[in-house]
Amino acid sequence: MAPTKTASVSGRKSAAKPAKKDFNGGTIAEFDKQQELQAYRDMLLIRRFEEKAGQLYGMGFIGGFCHLYIGQEAVVVGMQMSLKEGDQVITGYRDHGHMLATGMSARGVMAELTGRRGGYSKGKGGSMHMFSKEKQFYGGHGIVGAQVSLGTGLAFANKYRGNDSISTAYFGDGAANQGQVYESFNMAQLWKLPIVYVIENNRYAMGTSVSRASAQTDFSQRGASFGIPGFQVDGMDVRAVKAAGDEAAEHCRSGKGPIILEMLTYRYRGHSMSDPAKYRSKDEVQKMRSEHDPIEQVKNRLLEKHWATEEELKAIDKDVRDVVSDSADFAQSDPEPDTSELYTDILL
Amino acid sequence: MPIDILMPALSPTMEEGTLSKWLKKEGDQVTSGDVIAEIETDKATMEVEAVDEGVIGKLLIDAGTENVKVNTPIAVLLQEGEHADSISAEKPAQPEAAKADADTPAATSDAAGGKAREAKDEPASSADNKVPAQPKIDVAADPDIPEGTEMVSTTVREALRDAMAEEMRRDETVFVMGEEVAEYQGAYKVTQGLLQEFGARRVVDTPITEHGFAGVGVGAAMAGLRPIVEFMTFNFAMQAIDQIINSAAKTLYMSGGQMGAPMVFRGPNGAAARVAAQHSQDYAAWYSSIPGLKVVMPYTAADAKGLLKAAIRDPNPVIFLENEILYGQSFDVPKLDDFVLPIGKARIHKQGKDATIVSFGIGMTYATKAVAELEKEGIDVELIDLRTIRPMDLPTVIESVKKTGRLVTVEEGYPQNSVGTEIATRVMQQAFDYLDAPILTIAGKDVPMPYAANLEKLALPNVGEVVQAVKTVCYK
Repeated sequence: MAPTKTASVSGRKSAAKPAKKDFNGGTIAEFDKQQELQAYRDMLLIRRFEEKAGQLYGMGFIGGFCHLYIGQEAVVVGMQMSLKEGDQVITGYRDHGHMLATGMSARGVMAELTGRRGGYSKGKGGSMHMFSKEKQFYGGHGIVGAQVSLGTGLAFANKYRGNDSISTAYFGDGAANQGQVYESFNMAQLWKLPIVYVIENNRYAMGTSVSRASAQTDFSQRGASFGIPGFQVDGMDVRAVKAAGDEAAEHCRSGKGPIILEMLTYRYRGHSMSDPAKYRSKDEVQKMRSEHDPIEQVKNRLLEKHWATEEELKAIDKDVRDVVSDSADFAQSDPEPDTSELYTDILL
Repeated sequence: MPIDILMPALSPTMEEGTLSKWLKKEGDQVTSGDVIAEIETDKATMEVEAVDEGVIGKLLIDAGTENVKVNTPIAVLLQEGEHADSISAEKPAQPEAAKADADTPAATSDAAGGKAREAKDEPASSADNKVPAQPKIDVAADPDIPEGTEMVSTTVREALRDAMAEEMRRDETVFVMGEEVAEYQGAYKVTQGLLQEFGARRVVDTPITEHGFAGVGVGAAMAGLRPIVEFMTFNFAMQAIDQIINSAAKTLYMSGGQMGAPMVFRGPNGAAARVAAQHSQDYAAWYSSIPGLKVVMPYTAADAKGLLKAAIRDPNPVIFLENEILYGQSFDVPKLDDFVLPIGKARIHKQGKDATIVSFGIGMTYATKAVAELEKEGIDVELIDLRTIRPMDLPTVIESVKKTGRLVTVEEGYPQNSVGTEIATRVMQQAFDYLDAPILTIAGKDVPMPYAANLEKLALPNVGEVVQAVKTVCYK
């Protein structure tokens, strides 16, 4: 099928920027009905889950920090469609979406958010620190940029073992200015490690816009001095993400070393729950929501192509709501960890 | 059933706020994500988004109302087919307490033993308050060395290399990475010959990039490999300390036991000679304060070998603190196929009855000389080599103090919050009645390491200080 050019995200340069001829970054994948429906459901699950998390936070069930992924759903869902069993995922603290996309249970994630014993970390990790060995999800890290070196280590392990797996390390435009990111880029390229660096550029590091924090705002070029190819991708279009993910994964699996995908995306909500929203205009947020929403895009295509009726989509919506409600009920009724857990899991 | 929209908490500390503006009115259709109101707190103005779909049936709080408590119902949302008149009981415009309605999840969770934020001021039950006892760690004694075992004079450097080589032969997932570990054969020649035996896949030269390669090592360990990360010196590991502590030490706990970092961080620690302030710090006390780490600091070659082998096999992150000056010193090492020592067990270097000295690592060089001098003066000192700083073998120290009643600690690190002050505190708490004199702690001076030879000598502990301290606690 012929790849078509992606629409650029409003206000930014075109996503199409192939630096090498063998990479078509900026194309979009043609989805079949099944893929569209899967993307719709997976993104909707994240959206509804996050909305519920925000609600539970407001009610005091979730403490501390809580960073919602609303608006960025296409990034992790599209990437996940490009990965194979055994590929590892690691990210920072805006991590609930990544966990759901890797197949971790909504119940386990929500119960961790409320600090209950049925949470993925028995309630001892919280929003920013969750892991699943089973789903190859390596966290969930609260220190900005740390996941980049750790993810590079996961790729090192793949190369050491000579297996076919790749590591995907997600980080934001804020983390992209941390020193260890470049230390990791250097080693990854030097040793040709199989890792996709996914930079989720949602335009703001907390409240600091990219242009106020970064001398080079084209993050896809941040690997240039190491010879790491990088591409900008329309991170609001799940098909563009999937197309870029497919090519990036192939690049890594064929032994060519690391690759950078800059996902042009947008977070609708504040940095964390307590965000004054003074650093950007409401119009800007509203424009992204109304014109580029990743879920609406899929929904519209499904309806246009008559691949689903309004009723069928409503049924998916209801199904997703049920999963989320169930997770919220569980996360509120599940007991807190037994006090004996205070001293467990410190050393093996 | 109509859904109550509650006054949300928008930060961990928010208890109330001003409902400054309604952006929807009664009868408006809302879908999740729609902004329905604005709230002002002392920190910021924030938007309230709808979570559920429906029609606004009733606004319960007027715009402009101040001091609206978190979790107060502020509006009622009608579901499909419901009418405003189905809103049952009259809601007070300003409920007194910030209590959720009985049919909201906040209430159900109380029954399950959970707590929403409004419950935080309630006194916790005594069962909740009781801190469980810290589990005791049982550490096996050193293995018996069979009679007739050949003892081979070995340098600490060779012993460390032998330990790594033996473990790399035994376990394919063990590899060593660091600056100059491969082709250069180790900046201090500790990894000599490993490249030749194991190849570049398992003996990995890294760029000068401590923070980065420490993180790569931790990531590889999380994926199940067993990295030995060599720091050219631990002074440079300060660049990497976030990965060591926040990633390696805490992941097992944060993951609820799912994954951790089975690995060793090793390299020379503390002062060498004439390398001044930035290359001369002892990190024993720093790392030993971190739950999730083990910290080993051997003195003899036999301990270096047996403990490094144990550290490599240990499923936890182990900080293995060596010393450049000790690398070239020779000690007897038993010639055994697999000589592994227990981490967390002190070794009684010399038995005695008049006073106890506890030391470790390079500190033992001062202690052993002091013990010999004191012996000439008729003071019979028991000398304990701690070997492991964390977990600390305090029982062995206390047993000795019960016998001698006097204790002196010796180390090169800074004096404030030192390993010695930790030992002194715990011995005072656990064996106060056995002490016949205040515990004295000998440490480095409270200064950055000077370069000038005379000042450097003054900054480090010396044998005379140790001798004098023991005499002082013996009142001699």
